[in-house]
Amino acid sequence: MKLGFKHEWIETNIGLMVVITMLAISVAGMVEIIPLFFIKGTVENVAGPRPYTPLELRGRDIYQDNGCFYCHSQMIRPFRDEELRYGHYSLAAESQYDHPFLWGSERTGPDLARIGGKYSNAWHVQHLIDPRSVVSQSIMPGFPWLATTPLNMSDIEARMKALRDVGVPYALTKQEYEADVKKFGPELAKQYYIPNAQQNIIEQANANDYDGRKNGPITEMDAVIAYLQSLGNQVDWSKVNENQLVKDR
Amino acid sequence: MSSVAAASPYALGADRAAAGVEEYNFDIVKKFTIMTLVWAVVGMSVGVYIASELAWPFLNFDIPYIEFGRFRPVHTTSVILGFGGSALFATSYYIVQRTCQARLISDFAASFTFWGWQACVVLADASYMMGHTTSREYAEMEWPLALLILVVWVVYMNLFIGTIMRRKQPHIYVANWFYLAFILAVAILHVFNHLAIPVSMFSMKSYSLFSGVQDAMTQWWYGHNMVGFYLTAAFLGMMYYFVPKQAGRPIYSYRLSIVHFWALSFMYMWVGAHHLHWTALPDWTSTLAATFSILLLMPSWGGMINGIMTLSGAWDKLRTDPVMRFMIVALSFYGMSTFEGPMMALKEVNALSHYTNWTVGHVHSGALGWVAMITFGSLYHLIPKLWNTRLYSVRLAAIHFWLATIGILLYIVAMWISGITQGLMWRAYDQFGNLQYSFIESVAAIHPFYVMRMIGGVFFLSGVLVMVFNVTMTILQGKREERQALAAGGLAGANV
Repeated sequence: MKLGFKHEWIETNIGLMVVITMLAISVAGMVEIIPLFFIKGTVENVAGPRPYTPLELRGRDIYQDNGCFYCHSQMIRPFRDEELRYGHYSLAAESQYDHPFLWGSERTGPDLARIGGKYSNAWHVQHLIDPRSVVSQSIMPGFPWLATTPLNMSDIEARMKALRDVGVPYALTKQEYEADVKKFGPELAKQYYIPNAQQNIIEQANANDYDGRKNGPITEMDAVIAYLQSLGNQVDWSKVNENQLVKDR
Repeated sequence: MSSVAAASPYALGADRAAAGVEEYNFDIVKKFTIMTLVWAVVGMSVGVYIASELAWPFLNFDIPYIEFGRFRPVHTTSVILGFGGSALFATSYYIVQRTCQARLISDFAASFTFWGWQACVVLADASYMMGHTTSREYAEMEWPLALLILVVWVVYMNLFIGTIMRRKQPHIYVANWFYLAFILAVAILHVFNHLAIPVSMFSMKSYSLFSGVQDAMTQWWYGHNMVGFYLTAAFLGMMYYFVPKQAGRPIYSYRLSIVHFWALSFMYMWVGAHHLHWTALPDWTSTLAATFSILLLMPSWGGMINGIMTLSGAWDKLRTDPVMRFMIVALSFYGMSTFEGPMMALKEVNALSHYTNWTVGHVHSGALGWVAMITFGSLYHLIPKLWNTRLYSVRLAAIHFWLATIGILLYIVAMWISGITQGLMWRAYDQFGNLQYSFIESVAAIHPFYVMRMIGGVFFLSGVLVMVFNVTMTILQGKREERQALAAGGLAGANV
């Protein structure tokens, strides 16, 4: 104020007011968001996290469309009680292929970050169709239509291409496929090869018994359960340096 | 009053009205005002319904379109964009015209923002029920609707700034600063949070440009600043105009308004990461957010004090004027929420409160206590002016006030108790050091409070219904008086 500054200059000049306001509101985003793309260790360097197979991807889309994330978080915090209840705290690396992230903000139901492999497929089918037939005090809605709605896979290639555009290593070319073989092994690389996506969905659904009907129609239930069973069991913790994780945070 | 009268076809403005150039465009303000109430009823009814779903899950009826996960964004979008948005368009168009003494620069653009905005909210609600969502909280609309919102917003921005440029006063009134910051900030937030690649030109589905931790940070930078600029700054604009008007006194401190405005604008943007404490977001970011969250208490309370102290010397109005009561209670809830918020942004408190209903309670003490109450107060002031009459019933407004206040109290007390119960049960150990409760036990324990919350919602909604009746009667009364005045004017003319 001693420099002869008068607030009057700003409040009588709409152009100046727009410019200064823009500056005031832009700083924080730049300081807090941009470095996250560059600071090493923001996404921990651990082996294991992988992109979803086409069937899991469709399951994730359906999980998202039905708003499951409003009540189920997928982000375990580094507390002893959460470790006991859910398992190892979540790493940024574990959601590095998640477009969008589905960490959630509420636990109306339990966290699902490490739900994969904890319950059988049959349990999930029953629970999704009629939650209170399995957990009597549950307040979860039933999703019986998942079991009767055939899985739409007509646009799976377009979906994977869009994800490839935003950085997920799904392969369109031979070269990209070879890179996937190196990074994820031949089995998974086959799954990530976009031109084979529909075939891969059918094979994965038939090879596993997700919805309890082995060679029946492939339903949304197959996809959702394939997705749930893939959650949180990808990192090999015996190979992880816990001290490095602490440093990265 | 003079310019309100000028806008009506009798009294001062009759010549102008006859020439087809009314001084102000109040038609658009009326439209948005009515839609504010329509969306209040729709959005809060859906709110009561989804609250009931949590208390009695059979209400999901195995119907995909209304299951909780698809219906929740219908509630949030209808109240935030529908109710809150319409209220902000209405009041900003009213205030910018009155304080600049200039008519909106384009009636067509104003009309476009009305139909465009209403279409956005209706289509967004429908799309969630059909199962299309970006999953970004308070930004769930998929890319075609996000683009439509952007177009409407750019038109709004031009209209607002253009009208300010035509002002007859050299100074831009403080309420407009807040609306301006809101319009600019929402534009930036909306664009960056919606960066995504569509699956195809004909698909609703898109995938976010960012993933994991960066995506989370972008979303909560957006999420909390929708609170900061949309639900706070913009409604402060409302406060800075309508509180002094209703109190009949100037704003308490001009200097405090300046400090309030710049500190709020600068600091709010930093705090989003407090939604991500203890997650895989790096500690430096969340610590920075926690620090700014604490600092934010100062400008927030500065603003609250500026509003409340405007009433000094006229405190007796609280006894007689329910409209003033709405405004002062709104400011009190603003003060309470902006104290509770920084407290919840402390990492230790957040460790308990995060993921629980405490957060839901906090949001609603701000959304119902501050946003809705200041809107009700402002509309009770505005509506009689727009339709050139008196409020139909002050007594009904008083009843609305008490229904709303009791509703909020039931709501937030229920959510405090259930939130803290959840937090404590999740971290309780038995004598052997094992977890004492299974998750489902915590779900069962809070059932009574889900019911209590729903009842709180019913109280609040009933208050809105009382308001809708009161406003309808006020408008009818205004129209009747206008007809009578015209008839009397016609007779007088015949006498001459």
